[in-house]
Amino acid sequence: MTALLQILFDALSLGSLYALAAIGIALIFGVMRLVNFAHGDYISFCVFALLWPSIEATAFVFAGQLPPYLLIPVILTVGACLSMLSEILVFRRFRNANPATMMIASFALGFVIKYTLLMLFSSRPKSIDLWPSLSLPVEIFDARIPLLQVITIVITIVILIALVAFLKRTRFGLEMRAAAENFTMARMLGVRANAVILLAFAISGMLAASIGLILVTQTGTVDIQMGSSVMLVAFIATVIGGLGSLPGAVVAGFLIGGVSVLMQVILPFDIRPFRDAFVYGAVIAVLIWRPNGLFMPRSAKQRV
Amino acid sequence: MTHRPSIFLRSLSTPLILILVLVAFLALATFMNSGPFNQVVIDGLVKVTLVVGLYVFIGNSGVLSFGHIGFTCLGAYATAWLTIPPLMKKMALPGLPEFILEAKLPYGLGIGFGALFAGAFALVVGKILMRLSGIAASIATFAMLAVINTVYSNWERVTGATSSVVGIPIVRVVWPYCLAAVVSIVIAHLYAISRSGLALRAARDEAIAASASGVDIGRERLIAFVISAVITGMGGALSAHSVGVVTPDTFYLNLTFICLSMLVVGGMNSLSGAVMGVVVLSVIIQVLRQFEKGVSLGGTVVSIPNGLQEIAIGIVMVVILIARPTGLTRNQEIVWQGWPFKRVSAATEP
Repeated sequence: MTALLQILFDALSLGSLYALAAIGIALIFGVMRLVNFAHGDYISFCVFALLWPSIEATAFVFAGQLPPYLLIPVILTVGACLSMLSEILVFRRFRNANPATMMIASFALGFVIKYTLLMLFSSRPKSIDLWPSLSLPVEIFDARIPLLQVITIVITIVILIALVAFLKRTRFGLEMRAAAENFTMARMLGVRANAVILLAFAISGMLAASIGLILVTQTGTVDIQMGSSVMLVAFIATVIGGLGSLPGAVVAGFLIGGVSVLMQVILPFDIRPFRDAFVYGAVIAVLIWRPNGLFMPRSAKQRV
Repeated sequence: MTHRPSIFLRSLSTPLILILVLVAFLALATFMNSGPFNQVVIDGLVKVTLVVGLYVFIGNSGVLSFGHIGFTCLGAYATAWLTIPPLMKKMALPGLPEFILEAKLPYGLGIGFGALFAGAFALVVGKILMRLSGIAASIATFAMLAVINTVYSNWERVTGATSSVVGIPIVRVVWPYCLAAVVSIVIAHLYAISRSGLALRAARDEAIAASASGVDIGRERLIAFVISAVITGMGGALSAHSVGVVTPDTFYLNLTFICLSMLVVGGMNSLSGAVMGVVVLSVIIQVLRQFEKGVSLGGTVVSIPNGLQEIAIGIVMVVILIARPTGLTRNQEIVWQGWPFKRVSAATEP
């Protein structure tokens, strides 16, 4: 029972990270058909923003020393600004380009961000203590669960609820959903394209920032590669969920997190190192079974 | 009265022009005769092989594949298995079957078998994956790459896991690489003008109309997938022989993205684009590397800080894509239009 509970919490907290990242990607895909490969580098950038402006090898946490009520808004703002800046400087010029071109442009942008960080901070991972009290375990039904896992899950749920409320209850949310459904039509009906896209980028950047904060607290290290692995899984999650479908992205994110943790437990010890091969094999199986993802958004149906 | 060359000549001219460009680099390398420069040219030619291989599938089918570097990995390890001296193999990779452990093939055969191995693998996997289309197919190919990478990074007794496999005979002369690049260009061109290539491009542009006219899209895609796997597998084997060491992570995301970028920057729907993308980006990368080391301009040494090279490459790519979203070649093939004077008269024709 306690072991089961532990597995459940492991699965949920890993799934939360994937789900948050997947929404960030799905939001942008929804409004401009862009698969944003730079998303992982936004995450890394926000993580390194904790160290700003110190670039020494021994991590001197400057921003990280701020009290949480200041630190969280600061990092979220950094994420949002970076994301909006990339839309204004780069993606705005690709509005009518084909998806492959946009994808490669976003990859090139991620490349620039990553190597800027590398140049400033060098590639060595640094260890920092951000909120060490959060890694203490708490007891839930006799199972010792790290407090952070609980907080991760709670935060994810709060973010999801806030996002749903925003999308369903506010004018901007309505505009964004309309734009995701049919961008040209939405523009004709008076939706301000640039504002909606910019807003989507801002939200996506804030999601990246929150993933960065969770990752740092979880691992206690700051590493340039942190973002990209999350980003890849999240990208797969958005496709499995049905590209452009936000609920699909969330469900698929949790699904992949769950399957990864489950495989780790049930696979025989000898083939456990090959776990990822099984996870990706499962991804292929799902795609063969449902080529348009688990939840195909209405906008993706092919019109003949 | 038209002065334009015949359709035969024009269609043949594309590979010829591209081959001439590569042979010019070969000649330059022979002329310079310096080790480091040879290595640069060899790297470039290996990339040409890889990107042309990518083009065969991506350009003709319109499906972006993230998985082809997996075939590169297969080809590289296959030639490593076959060409490393048996004594070293028994130490490092004891899990290989007996007949491979005993084998000591010349590098040419190793490369050939590497290409065939990748092709055979692609035939099996492609049977399943080519039912998909669009972004689902892209992700499925990516998942395939991840599976290959995970297996090769963990199968200690057969692939040496993440540690590097050494002892592959190193080939430092340029012409085998040039030959391979030329062969891949010829194959790619022959495929593009073949019946299957035409059908696949028709399906790329108008899927529904093509299948209504009797094109079996899955089958044509599979053909292109296998051919491109053979070429990228050959490229992988070549790259193994160019450095003498293989690790699974050499053939993962970085290489995938560099090759894809070269293809897209050049123009992903044309063979000329594939070759031009490699040539242009490689030249820019070399120039920037040179600047990193320091270049003397009018007496003063100009150098850029380390790491700026990658940043600059990223910026250059974004700028090229903004200016030319369909790539440097605008997705057109470079064709021989006739001699300049005759071309003028052809253009003024009513």
